[in-house]
Amino acid sequence: MESKALPRTLSEIVEVRIETDLLIIGGGNSGCFVAIEAKGNNPGLDVTIMEKAHIDRSGALAAGMDAINTYIGEGETPESLVAWSRAQVGGGPLREDLALSNAKILNECVESLEKWGIPFKKNEKGHYKKRGRFDIAIFGEQLKPVLAEKTKSYNPRILNRVVATNFLTDGDRITGATGFGLRDGKFYIITAKATIVATGGAAGLYRSPTNDGTTSHHQMWMCPFNVGTGYAMGIRAGAELTLMEQRWCAARVKDFTGPVDTISVGYKAGMVNAKGEKILEERFAHLGGDAAPRFIRANAPMEEWRNGRGPTYVDTKHLTAEEVKDLKIDYLNERPTYVLFLASRLQNPSDEQLEIYGSDPYIVGGHTASGYWVDDDRMGTIPGLFAAGECAGGMPNKFVGGCAAEGVLAARGALKYIARCESPKADEALIDREKERVFTPLLRGLALEPKYNIPDGLDSRWKYDAVTPEEMEERLQRLMDEYAGGVGQFFRCNEEQLNYALKHIGMLREQVGKLFATNLHELVLVHDVIDRLDVAEVLTLHLRERRETRWAGWQTRTDYPEVDPALDCFINSRKNIETGQIEMLRRPYEQILPGERTKSTSPLPLSAEKA
Amino acid sequence: MPPYVLKSKCNGCKGIFDEPQCVEICIGDIMAIDEESGQAYCRSPRDCWDDMACTKACPMKAIEQRIPYQIGYHGARLVPFMSKDSITWKLVDLNGNEEKFTFKIRNKQSCG
Repeated sequence: MESKALPRTLSEIVEVRIETDLLIIGGGNSGCFVAIEAKGNNPGLDVTIMEKAHIDRSGALAAGMDAINTYIGEGETPESLVAWSRAQVGGGPLREDLALSNAKILNECVESLEKWGIPFKKNEKGHYKKRGRFDIAIFGEQLKPVLAEKTKSYNPRILNRVVATNFLTDGDRITGATGFGLRDGKFYIITAKATIVATGGAAGLYRSPTNDGTTSHHQMWMCPFNVGTGYAMGIRAGAELTLMEQRWCAARVKDFTGPVDTISVGYKAGMVNAKGEKILEERFAHLGGDAAPRFIRANAPMEEWRNGRGPTYVDTKHLTAEEVKDLKIDYLNERPTYVLFLASRLQNPSDEQLEIYGSDPYIVGGHTASGYWVDDDRMGTIPGLFAAGECAGGMPNKFVGGCAAEGVLAARGALKYIARCESPKADEALIDREKERVFTPLLRGLALEPKYNIPDGLDSRWKYDAVTPEEMEERLQRLMDEYAGGVGQFFRCNEEQLNYALKHIGMLREQVGKLFATNLHELVLVHDVIDRLDVAEVLTLHLRERRETRWAGWQTRTDYPEVDPALDCFINSRKNIETGQIEMLRRPYEQILPGERTKSTSPLPLSAEKA
Repeated sequence: MPPYVLKSKCNGCKGIFDEPQCVEICIGDIMAIDEESGQAYCRSPRDCWDDMACTKACPMKAIEQRIPYQIGYHGARLVPFMSKDSITWKLVDLNGNEEKFTFKIRNKQSCG
């Protein structure tokens, strides 16, 4: 939309009203599986997907994938997968009920991907080629386009470039959501019998270690356009969230900040430190060595740096020329520019080890267990609102396959709810307030008078006495890095740092009224940073509430360095809508699978009936 | 990582598509049309996530992906050539050495 066509008053903004049976927010991996399952079961159902980008390449899978990280292969069972997942997070807490129901339909979902067109690597027996115990290798460059094609074949209503902003409510029920059109500038009001939030997780809460501003601001592992909107909408509506303190901080290839499992798992390249010591075997033997939980392995390189033994590497020098070629093909299927990165530094993995480092922390419920507190049907604590993918909390290690399965389960839950619920209504006063909240930064920006002298050719926004979303985003990211355990602080924090972070998040909130946009693209950036502030506040409150160190690296408290058995529970939070305060609460962990929680012997002897 | 649009090749997808393919597909909404020249450009190089969706989608092969200078030296190139069921990548390193990678990205029975 050209600037001359942009609205100058609220009344000029066109409203689009759609009534639908099922609204899916986010058309990524999980959202596509929701649509396919819902329409496959009931072709007459009116299904709407609200997608911030374009469904053909949206979400974390935009560039592709080189592996499916969870598949139950020969000799394994759903129970052995869940026991492994539990051990990977140091024994939990996790929602074993959710994990078991997911694991039971996981393979079917993964196999669908192959049926729909994705080439899977096979072993000599014709079985999927294992990369790790539950990890299989694929040629996944077309993963998202194939998922999008399959979704479109069922004819749901797809709203590309519509940015979700908040839920609609009718009393204590969620009845759809609002959004704004990034191309058409319209305000979308979608009432729905059931709403499934399936957005990505939250990246960009923290400063990335390679964020140098000019051209590498988004040199990070997770998709930076996944800003936590799904969580933020839930927070604002008073939905209960769980384990937001369980951050995904990972070992990544240094500088590029891309995936490292491709090398370390796929090509058995162990981590080594500057002294040539095998880090896990020699420094972390007491925590399990190579079989240590995921957070230990993720944190290991930064611990080495902190203790003066950096740089840290994955040792690739045993790789043959053919293996190097395969390694590059794997990256071309997932993060192609890592291959360009190596070429631009003349690095050959057979000749030299590749450097690794910690990533910025992410809140990604498809990886760790942050997200909405849901029931068996994946319905959250507010009726009518379901969560899938990175949004569904309590169950870590879902990855692509598990997020797909969550989509299927959320669709089934929503279909049951739709069959029994009444027609949705929406609170009109709330719609008016939301329209004003969404568009005010744009109307403000278009009405600003220049105050400062800025010559042509520079960013003309500097003329104004106000705040750009980029400035606020960078302020938040530095604050979180330094005071809420970012990679710059080796993932460590204490009560005083967290209180400092909370104080300044509060000050940033006070400045939200100074944010402005001069076009619709900048309006997205404004709402991105507002959403990130909401998620960052809740995350920091969770980090403060967990006064122990349960998953060092993911969550390290320097003032409480040990595990506290009294905190072997879920830490949850929800906003009190009356007072506006975030209230913290605890829920007990329920062990369903017997056995030692930190062990994952394979296969686990347990009959299906018991689970 | 930011995509650079070649002045000599971009036609803004005029007459071919309603919206330039890079603008339509970019996950971060950072590809835009320069109203004066009618050509596409990256409005915010700092915000690119290097997924190369734009480079793959461009019908004119008018987009060049560069690694941010902060992490890699200038001069290497990576170019994708898409076909229905396979992809070929051409990689040129700093010294001009060329490597090619061709592999399947869709099974033949791929759904439509």
